Amino acid sequence: MEATQELLFKIADDALIMGHTDSTWTGLGPTLEEDIAFSSMSQDKIGHAWNLYQMLHDKFGLADADTLGFKREEKEYKCSHLTEVPTQDYAYALVRQFFFDHGQFMRFSALKNSSIEWLADFSRKVTSEIKYHTLHGDTWLKKLGAQGNEESKARMQSAINEVFPLALGYFEEGPREAELIEKNIFIGEKALQEAWLEKVGDLVAQYGLTLPEGNTVDPSLGGRNGYHTEHLQPLLAEMTEVTASDPEATW
Amino acid sequence: MDSLDPRIARLHDIRAGEVPTVGAHDYGETYEVFHQAKRGKHHAHVGTVHAPDPELALVYAKEQYGRRQQTVNMWVVRTADIFAFPYDDSDMFDSTPQKIHREAAGYKTRDKIEAYKKKQAQ
Repeated sequence: MEATQELLFKIADDALIMGHTDSTWTGLGPTLEEDIAFSSMSQDKIGHAWNLYQMLHDKFGLADADTLGFKREEKEYKCSHLTEVPTQDYAYALVRQFFFDHGQFMRFSALKNSSIEWLADFSRKVTSEIKYHTLHGDTWLKKLGAQGNEESKARMQSAINEVFPLALGYFEEGPREAELIEKNIFIGEKALQEAWLEKVGDLVAQYGLTLPEGNTVDPSLGGRNGYHTEHLQPLLAEMTEVTASDPEATW
Repeated sequence: MDSLDPRIARLHDIRAGEVPTVGAHDYGETYEVFHQAKRGKHHAHVGTVHAPDPELALVYAKEQYGRRQQTVNMWVVRTADIFAFPYDDSDMFDSTPQKIHREAAGYKTRDKIEAYKKKQAQ
């Protein structure tokens, strides 16, 4: 598989699986307004995935977006473990959103300068949408961190400790990383992670919480190479249940 | 019924009679939302959101009222901070029938406008 396709697949798979995982809060959000906002952002993410799959179809002649999103084998997905783990309490959901969306925002911001023009174009559009997602996560971390009470701080901190190793796995390098950097398609995961660590480290400190020391944490790796947690297969089975019931159906 | 989806898992709780109850202000107070479509235009009232504080009210306002229309800015204001007439006083907005001297149609320029229109029509 070509380097650019690999890049598109991992970004699309992250967006699809994160969107699906977050959508399990629909109808269960802590308040009606929060439920609507969180559901809407998960829809945005599935939209990002659709656009990226569609690029793989248009630019590389691969199958259409529905097929790429719903009809691949588990090991063909390149999403990070961060997106696969089932949702737990809302602290976990908010912290994961905070880590993930800052990653997505910085990834697409870097891709605005990609040597691939159509990818740069798309990235310019998508960053404005993700900016809101980061505002949502930032606001909640501040409310439940620095402006929260003892219980909310403790719960946010334990969510941070739990999610952080998964978040580091988001920056796992793909097999054709060097080629992407050399051709100025993408700045590469190392540079992205460095910038991200600085950004989220500053924010977390502002919100009265603490980021675990990077060198004390084992990143959860494997996703970018198709090695997933035990959660992805059942997630895919459930997500594709309707399609699988009649693969030839038209909508 | 085993599912990853917490909504389906929740069905068991509901069947067991553990339906949570929600009070009127458990979701925070209400904020009035004002939407601006273009710079320089007025912010127009579009609805309300429930939120625990103004910052989150803005976050929710964006998603509920700024998503499907062109938007450059939004305001939120605590509903409790708005001063309003009581509805009992709404009769004071009724006007007397004879107050032509108060309306633009009663001004002398009106005659000039009419004369000009007539002239144009000829």
